[in-house]
Amino acid sequence: MTFWVLLTVNSVTFGGLLFLLSAGFSLIFGLMRIPNLTHGSMFMAGAYLGATLLAGQLGFSLNFWLAAVVAALAVAALSALMERVLLRRLAGQQLAQVLVTLGVSLMVADICLMVWGGDPISVDNPPGLGGFVRIGAAALPLYRMAVIVIAAVFAIGLWLMLERTRLGAMIRAGVDDPDMARVVGIRVSRLFTIVFALGAGLAAFAGMIGGPILSVYPGLDQDMLPLALVVVILGGTGSLLGSFVGSIIIGFIYNFGQALLPELAYFVLFLPMVLVLVLRPQGLFGGQVL
Amino acid sequence: MSGRTVAVIVAVLALVAVPYATTEIYYVNIASQILLYAVFALGLSVLVGYAGLVSLGHAGLFGVASYAVAYQLAAGHPHAAAIFGGLVIALVVTAGFAFLSLRATGISFIMITLALGEIIWGLAYRWISVTNGDNGINVSTRPAPFGISLASAKGFYGATLIVFLLAVAAVTIFVRSPFGAALCGTRDQPRRMTALGYHVWMIRFWAFMFSGLLTSVAGILFVYYNQFISPQAVALAASAEGLLMVISGGAGTLLGPIVGAALVVIIKNVASAYVERWNFLLGAIFVAIVVFMPEGLVPGAVRLARTAWRAVGRSKLAAPAPLVGPKS
Amino acid sequence: MRIHRRALLKGAAAAGLAVAAPAVLRAQGALFRLGLLTVKSGPLAQGGIQMEQGALTFLKERNYMMGGRKVDFVSADTGGNPAGAKTKAQELVERDKVDVIVGPLAAFELYAISDYVREQRMPTLSLAAADNLTQRQPNPFLLRASATSSQSMHPIGHYAATELKLKRAFCITEDFAFGYEQMGGFQAAFQKDGGCVVNKLWPPLSTPDYTPYVAQIADCDGVCQGFAGSNPLRFMKAYASAGLKYPVVTGSTGGDDALLKSYGEEAIGLISCSPYTLDLETDGNKRFVDGIMKNHNTIPGFYAAGIYMNCQVVDAGLKAANGQSEDKEKFMAALKTVSLTDTPRGPIKFDHLGNVVGTSYVRRCGTEGAKYGLKLWNKTIKTYENVSQFWTWPEQEFLAHPVYSRDYPPLTKC
Repeated sequence: MTFWVLLTVNSVTFGGLLFLLSAGFSLIFGLMRIPNLTHGSMFMAGAYLGATLLAGQLGFSLNFWLAAVVAALAVAALSALMERVLLRRLAGQQLAQVLVTLGVSLMVADICLMVWGGDPISVDNPPGLGGFVRIGAAALPLYRMAVIVIAAVFAIGLWLMLERTRLGAMIRAGVDDPDMARVVGIRVSRLFTIVFALGAGLAAFAGMIGGPILSVYPGLDQDMLPLALVVVILGGTGSLLGSFVGSIIIGFIYNFGQALLPELAYFVLFLPMVLVLVLRPQGLFGGQVL
Repeated sequence: MSGRTVAVIVAVLALVAVPYATTEIYYVNIASQILLYAVFALGLSVLVGYAGLVSLGHAGLFGVASYAVAYQLAAGHPHAAAIFGGLVIALVVTAGFAFLSLRATGISFIMITLALGEIIWGLAYRWISVTNGDNGINVSTRPAPFGISLASAKGFYGATLIVFLLAVAAVTIFVRSPFGAALCGTRDQPRRMTALGYHVWMIRFWAFMFSGLLTSVAGILFVYYNQFISPQAVALAASAEGLLMVISGGAGTLLGPIVGAALVVIIKNVASAYVERWNFLLGAIFVAIVVFMPEGLVPGAVRLARTAWRAVGRSKLAAPAPLVGPKS
Repeated sequence: MRIHRRALLKGAAAAGLAVAAPAVLRAQGALFRLGLLTVKSGPLAQGGIQMEQGALTFLKERNYMMGGRKVDFVSADTGGNPAGAKTKAQELVERDKVDVIVGPLAAFELYAISDYVREQRMPTLSLAAADNLTQRQPNPFLLRASATSSQSMHPIGHYAATELKLKRAFCITEDFAFGYEQMGGFQAAFQKDGGCVVNKLWPPLSTPDYTPYVAQIADCDGVCQGFAGSNPLRFMKAYASAGLKYPVVTGSTGGDDALLKSYGEEAIGLISCSPYTLDLETDGNKRFVDGIMKNHNTIPGFYAAGIYMNCQVVDAGLKAANGQSEDKEKFMAALKTVSLTDTPRGPIKFDHLGNVVGTSYVRRCGTEGAKYGLKLWNKTIKTYENVSQFWTWPEQEFLAHPVYSRDYPPLTKC
């Protein structure tokens, strides 16, 4: 019983974390048609920066949440720079953009290794969230429950932004039909930069939020990127609801797969991705086919 | 004899001379690696350059061949049977890949091949009873065709060179054939090709199979070269590296993938001795190539050379005759 | 046109490489080339970086001299996987022409390069465990001053059964050779003293979140973990997060002293058995620890100590061979006779299969006695001397059963 309760809660937690990671990816992919292969690196960079700020290694120490926000902003700024300098030159050349993001992810991973070394960095639970909630014999870590709440808050926040703000309307227009959006007068290239920065910032924030659960270590980017890909393909690019549902599904498959079917754990994880691409390429909730 | 034929003969002779030109088996081994990865890159280039289908899962096919051979050898089969079996298994998997991924083009194709490659990786990594997971499978001996042992660096290089030359010949014939032309047509104008009566799907399918064949051959060379196979060879990073070899050299050219393979192998092996952060270097070089020479090193170099040539030529001409007309 | 250019390119590249390669131009003299196979990226990097620190500290201490010869040190990053280990081993042997290799780090890396170093007759002083290479498939060119995978786990299995009075243990470790062999050793010794292993789990080496595995830990009175690199940190966190309170025992990597600075409260009470312990109060250890702290500003652990000791053995072996390393067999024979007392771990010598016989220390993690600015400290609570790779079994009996693996010893009904 404990096993099922613990794993179910963890699945939702992990799903929440994946949502924070992949929502940005989905928007970038949906709007700019770029599978941004630096997304895992942004997650890792955010975690490293946040952990450093938290540990006070720069002379001042921030609390957990502030560290997460500052790290997110820093990564967002750097990503916006990358988008303007590198990706914009290659507008329309999807293959080139994919490759550039691949190259940059190699560079970022190496920089992180250079700066922070090969040692993993442990991130403590934020104060007040270190305890447990007991359900029967199962002890559910308070922080993991908090992650679910955070993911929900962001989900609602992002939805509100997309549905109720002008920026959101522009994004949705760009996702549905970029050419028409331009015709109507939306400055699509500036939108691209904003969305790219937003997506990367979200990923970095997710990295810090995931810190107490996953720690920060070299290779974190390679562990998280495929998961983001699966979520986005499954849910449908450009769809927030798709990211949300996809994340929860993958959270469950990941946790229960590892526990119940260890030999087929990854097969079971990537199989939905193939099935979706073959049977329903726009994903569960996606608007347009890739 | 045309200049091109002379060049080819000189190149082949140079390659044959490599193990005699250097006494360091280290460099002979590097050369073997360059050649086997060149075969891989050529195979991928058939799909990426000539069919216009970008695959991020080709390391999966590469690895399936390697694992199939290693598994059979560990089970006690002789080399010839293992190689044949490996090719068959790899081609079956290639057909599976093709069936699933050819339903789409463009980014969709990239995503499906990525997913398929990840599935192969997941199986290699966790299906311990078959693949031994992270511990990998050791291959204890190399084959000895016609009694010539390939255990030495020189011997192996010779065999790799022969396979490489056959691969280059095969791709050359393929590209110059009507089928190759049709394939380029499906890349550039699929709808028009269909209207003209070409069965686009079938053309792509056979191109995929040809690509898979070359990739499998490279995988078999790889497992004999290393005498070891582990999931690392099938990971997304390996597929990405293959793609980078093709793109950096120049997809859709014959020489491009070979140059790209040489570039990557040299950076990985040789540069890593002098430059601690060689991963960064690799990433930076690729970003630079994609941004400044997106058509690849070979066509880019040709373009630069032509521009330089023309500039030199132009300065040698007398002032051009004035054009007749109001603008002159 | 193109192919002509390719010939030029290839020729130029080859010429350039030949000129640039220092290996070719290096003067042949009394220079002694020491090669290190280590891991500087990935989950095992934590240990690998320390390995290099251990080697550099030794060399600095001795002013880069070993056995009366000047030392040229080459460090190679295998990436923590067998394929990388093979490539780098080839580089060290063929390109850098090293005289001896220290390392590699991981058991599966050693299994991958064993045939190669044997063929090339390259003396290799491994840190990596890989039981069988000094047991049923002995490699005459291999020497090991650290331990086999199971060598540190036999004592802890015995300790768990006899002193902690555990009866039902749950085993969990990574899914690779080192993991299998560790748990095999624990299980064999634990069962010998009346315990029983309830289940064995093998999460992959790279597991972002251990919760799916931790959730399965039940129906036992103690847990044995064998994680390596940075994984022990994350596992213990996940374990504590799940509210589990069973006593946890581990080996040399799971309780590594170098992790003390990163561990939090979750590690208090962790009992580990290691061939090296930071709290050993001897001159040899003090010199080593001071050296690491001065040169690298960090607290050393098992990995740094292991390589430092391997270097001590090379130095002693070279002296015993009168500085001659060209005759590989003679050099190996000299290395095997080495017996030292002044090492960071205390006295060591080698058995006839090339594996170390030395002291194993059982420690408990707590706050008591913490030094060097650490909050946590592994305090030695029991010492087992003259621990060989066979524990208390006679050699022939031990070698008669198969090597420890995923399925051996088999699980029995508890």
